[in-house]
Amino acid sequence: MAALRIAQDELGWLSTELMDFVANYLCMAPVAVYEVASFYNMYEMHPVGKYKITVCTNLSCTLMGAEGIAEHMKKKLGIDFGETTGDGRFTLKEGECMGACGEGPLFLVNNKRMCGSLSPEKVDQILAELE
Amino acid sequence: MANEVIFHSIHQPESWKLSSYLSTGGYETLKKVVMEKMSPEEIINQVKISALRGRGGAGFPTGLKWSFMPRHFQGDKYIVCNTDEGEPGTFKDRDIIRYNPHQLIEGMAIAAYTMGVKVGYNYIHGEIWESYERFEEALEEARVAGFLGDNLFGSDFSFNLHAHHGYGAYICGEETALLESIEGRKGQPRFKPPFPASFGLYGKPTTINNTETFASIPYIIRNGGQKFLELGKPNNGGTKIFSVSGHVNKPGNFEIGMGTPFSELLEMAGGVRNGHKLKAVIPGGSSVPVLPAEIIMDCTMDYDSLSKAGSMLGAGSVIVMDETVCMVKALERLSYFYFEESCGQCTPCREGTGWLYRIVHRIEHGKGKPEDLALLDSVTSNIMGRTICALGDAAAMPVQGMLKHYRNEFEYHIEHKKCMV
Ligand SMILES: Cc1cc2nc3c(=O)[nH]c(=O)nc-3n(C[C@H](O)[C@H](O)[C@H](O)COP(=O)(O)O)c2cc1C
Ligand code: SF4
Ligand code: FES
Repeated sequence: MAALRIAQDELGWLSTELMDFVANYLCMAPVAVYEVASFYNMYEMHPVGKYKITVCTNLSCTLMGAEGIAEHMKKKLGIDFGETTGDGRFTLKEGECMGACGEGPLFLVNNKRMCGSLSPEKVDQILAELE
Repeated sequence: MANEVIFHSIHQPESWKLSSYLSTGGYETLKKVVMEKMSPEEIINQVKISALRGRGGAGFPTGLKWSFMPRHFQGDKYIVCNTDEGEPGTFKDRDIIRYNPHQLIEGMAIAAYTMGVKVGYNYIHGEIWESYERFEEALEEARVAGFLGDNLFGSDFSFNLHAHHGYGAYICGEETALLESIEGRKGQPRFKPPFPASFGLYGKPTTINNTETFASIPYIIRNGGQKFLELGKPNNGGTKIFSVSGHVNKPGNFEIGMGTPFSELLEMAGGVRNGHKLKAVIPGGSSVPVLPAEIIMDCTMDYDSLSKAGSMLGAGSVIVMDETVCMVKALERLSYFYFEESCGQCTPCREGTGWLYRIVHRIEHGKGKPEDLALLDSVTSNIMGRTICALGDAAAMPVQGMLKHYRNEFEYHIEHKKCMV
């Protein structure tokens, strides 16, 4: 799993060639690697933008305003969940509980950086920093 | 007794550093246990007296669980810590590894000594990368200072601990799925029996406990089980960290004695947001039945009181909902979660979670039929108790709780094709 994470950090997503490379490197059957990659939500099997932003929309975050944040981001970026902006910069995804509900609404950038207690203004500021 | 056991040093700057932990007497208990060769029986006895029950959700007595490990088994054995916190509403373990990681390490080392284990793992939830990194730093500090590694304090006791980073699968919080995941496979739960104490990680005897469970151990051994017990109430020992989220003014983690009235906890969390009225509370994470305000306001926060009220303490994850919440919509979101996270191994769960979601979805969107509520009842009873792991039950219980207390809202939705609130 760690090998796939590191591979994904390089390219942003796991192409078949990349997974075959990992399988070969670890002396595993490629199918065992595909299976792991497709089971866990944080691996990407398709290309994503430079910044993948995953918004938690589970219950606690929704009660705390995640829907408004998601709408704001969709409007601002002009994309829906599961889509990537035309310039390839941003991908927007819907996520499940990230174990940080006290700081909701929140999102995760590229699986690593968590940004919580979001307001539309704070979202704008973070997106501007990422441009 | 707030912040007595785990968050005692949270006010210190950089409380996660080894130096901070040492300044509060950290690792002295481990050293004493190892140097004075405290007997494993005595340690287990203290844990039993403390009435510490597993903080991961099921509330199984920890002392009893430890006594299942074959003590004289020669060969590899493991302990595994479950920091795969992904139950909606739960965010306490993240704060333990962010603010007091060394206490978890010390607790695991004492557990390893007790059960004759040399190697442990901590499985950390995928989405909390920054906390995972901090835990890795703490491990390194502990290794350098000689609190982890071979022949600790010059004795013949060795313990090595490694962190494992998950990658986004709620089901890996289930202990046998977690073991599969550490072994590098998809996280699909195993049939039990055999139980992990006889056939666990890599087929070896293994004990799995929650982060908060392990982190409570140093206190118990240092102060005695009785002192821990007295922080809570009989059969519900100690303090417990409650994660409060949803419609409150000050969401966050609160470590308080077991048996504290819910009303006090709500007050600590700043009360209900915008001066609204409390409608309902899910007291133990998304998998437990919801309780209406009238009932929860009379409960104390402990295993026994909440189970008497028809719900569960679970992982202590309190989701607060005010009068503006539509229960159909809330349930729709939770049902989607279980549908999405079912690992698909057992038919009642794979198909049943899909049915639950689709039915609640159509009720929410004005397409519900009068017979749908009976259908929901029947699908939940067909899931309960018929699956390999408890995710099936976890998906069915919130539905049952909602239908028990808020059936009228569902009926209203079906009849009027819109919301009551
Ligand atoms: C679907 C599912 C998810 C679970 N998620 C977690 C979790 O995130 N953290 C946890 O400690 N236990 C979780 N558990 C419970 C574990 O299987 C196990 O009972 C627990 O880690 C044992 O530790 P304890 O005795 O210290 O509570 C989950 C169980 C199920 C069925
Ligand atoms: S109950 Fe559901 S999640 Fe658990 S093993 Fe069966 S299909 Fe998988
Ligand atoms: S519900 Fe969003 S982080 Fe838990």
